[in-house]
Amino acid sequence: MSGPSTYVPKSAFGKWFESRLPIVGLIHSSFVVFPNPRNLNYLWTFGGILAFMLVAQIVTGVVLAMHYTPHASMAFASVESIMRDVNYGWMIRYLHANGASMFFIAVYIHMFRGFYYGSYKAPREILWILGVIIFLLMMATAFMGYVLPWGQMSFWGATVITNLFSAIPVVGETIVTYLWGGYSVDNPTLNRFFSLHYLLPFMIAGVVVLHIWALHVPGSNNPAGIEKKTEKDTLPFHPYFTVKDAFALVCFLMVYVWFAFYIPNFLGHADNYIEANAAVTPAHIVPEWYFLPFYAILRAVPDKLLGVLAMFGSIAILVFLPWLDTSRVRSGRYRPVFQVFFWLFAINAVLLGWLGAKPPEGGYVLASRICTAYYFAYFIIVLPLLGLFETPKALPASIADSVLGKSGSANAMPQGAAHEPSNKA
Amino acid sequence: MTTVATTHAAASAEPTRRDFLYIATSAAGAVGLAGAIWPFISQMGPDAATIAAGAPVDFDLSPVAEGQIVKLFWRGKLIFVRHRTKDEIKSAQDTDLTSLRDPQADADRVKAGKDQWLIVYGNCTHLGCVPLGNEGAFHGWQCPCHGSVFDTSGRIRQGPAPTNLPVPPYAFTSDTAIRIG
Repeated sequence: MSGPSTYVPKSAFGKWFESRLPIVGLIHSSFVVFPNPRNLNYLWTFGGILAFMLVAQIVTGVVLAMHYTPHASMAFASVESIMRDVNYGWMIRYLHANGASMFFIAVYIHMFRGFYYGSYKAPREILWILGVIIFLLMMATAFMGYVLPWGQMSFWGATVITNLFSAIPVVGETIVTYLWGGYSVDNPTLNRFFSLHYLLPFMIAGVVVLHIWALHVPGSNNPAGIEKKTEKDTLPFHPYFTVKDAFALVCFLMVYVWFAFYIPNFLGHADNYIEANAAVTPAHIVPEWYFLPFYAILRAVPDKLLGVLAMFGSIAILVFLPWLDTSRVRSGRYRPVFQVFFWLFAINAVLLGWLGAKPPEGGYVLASRICTAYYFAYFIIVLPLLGLFETPKALPASIADSVLGKSGSANAMPQGAAHEPSNKA
Repeated sequence: MTTVATTHAAASAEPTRRDFLYIATSAAGAVGLAGAIWPFISQMGPDAATIAAGAPVDFDLSPVAEGQIVKLFWRGKLIFVRHRTKDEIKSAQDTDLTSLRDPQADADRVKAGKDQWLIVYGNCTHLGCVPLGNEGAFHGWQCPCHGSVFDTSGRIRQGPAPTNLPVPPYAFTSDTAIRIG
């Protein structure tokens, strides 16, 4: 989006259309000739993977909605009818449910790429904040989607999460009543969750457009964390990154369909195959795996309101990350002390997830508190101080240099490409 | 120096390995895409529950009195079962077929030896309204929506409907019972 398009339509129709709605030129400049740093690694393929997963979830979801009944007395049975009666219904349902998990696996990898390589730093602060907004919308969408089958976990998860809002002083109970549309989680709640679950992905799509727009102003970050200087530093998006993203997508899809076809219920909870029963709460209520770290943070704080604030705060703090990290060096590759704290943060996040599934008793409580403390300390103490006291390693002179080795000249062939490519038949 | 791989005498007359790879990948991708799309089209078709609910249905004719028209549903569509009187059968059979918009002999619309039983779909062939029984100039049915008139064999006589009331698939399982479908 920086600068006018260089696209020249070849046909008379193309010229006529382009002069009225320059969308082909926009696609050309954004996704064909757009210059990307040539040193991107496969962690940069997850944005494209996420876009694909959004489309996949929308397609499978719209199709499921053709067969689903959003009424408390029929929802569970309609899902079973999808599984048993609808042609390929079992497949579409499993693709949608496992698609949500894959969506979150991809988004966590995408975020951790940002954490490590400093992709949130200037001038990409708004890009990062848009990402946090997308993440929040994803969580809301996934939560509401999980309620729709109206199993035991659906119902009790809905009850627990909506009850969180009662922690808000003065207006909390009223808010919860308005969320429920009644005096408890019941049919009105299910109906409105269905409507909003259908709506939110399209809002996500809108924010994704802004996200890509904000990305295309400065262009992508890269593993060296230094800005592109010359044409030598970049390669056109097509064919280099279209093919790379397509390959990465295929590998990702292999994992996705492995889950969907061979272990489709592995990431789920067996209790959700029991119809919702307002009189019986399952022994262990757990949210889906992708919410577990936040669930652990919620339970770590013994006070109801402070626990809720800590949980929402753990996501809100991400918004401030561009300003909390004071380092002038962008990429973690050149920050040796940062790397230690970063990997501790990553392990801590996984640990929080594991703890979220454990019953809140005994040693698990203390562990959750320590892990929660480190989570916040990383953002509020470690990152601000590190930038002031850390001595980073020397940065490479340019992106091209970091890729093409110490010979310095960008005329050199990259290592491993020493022989002529064959073009004999 | 360009960052793009240098092209070597690219447009050679011989197909290259690259050409082969492009074609093979595109073909595999097309097959994969077709395989992925098919279930999303197939799911639009009737599901197993709908097919099961659309199984043939048995109907007992013994309570249907002479002159009576009874309605039932099969596969969601309305069906008239008419126990015709002698006069109704006669007027249906004594018809000049050339005067019909959709020529069809009454014998072709009933089962042999059972011509007192007329079984037809109950939606006007014009735009689908349910015609009223024992109405109209031919004492068969008359559609209140746009005035189509059907005779005692369910054939179109007047009005805008293009074809006769269709006959559903059915068979007699005994003298007093039929199976529709």
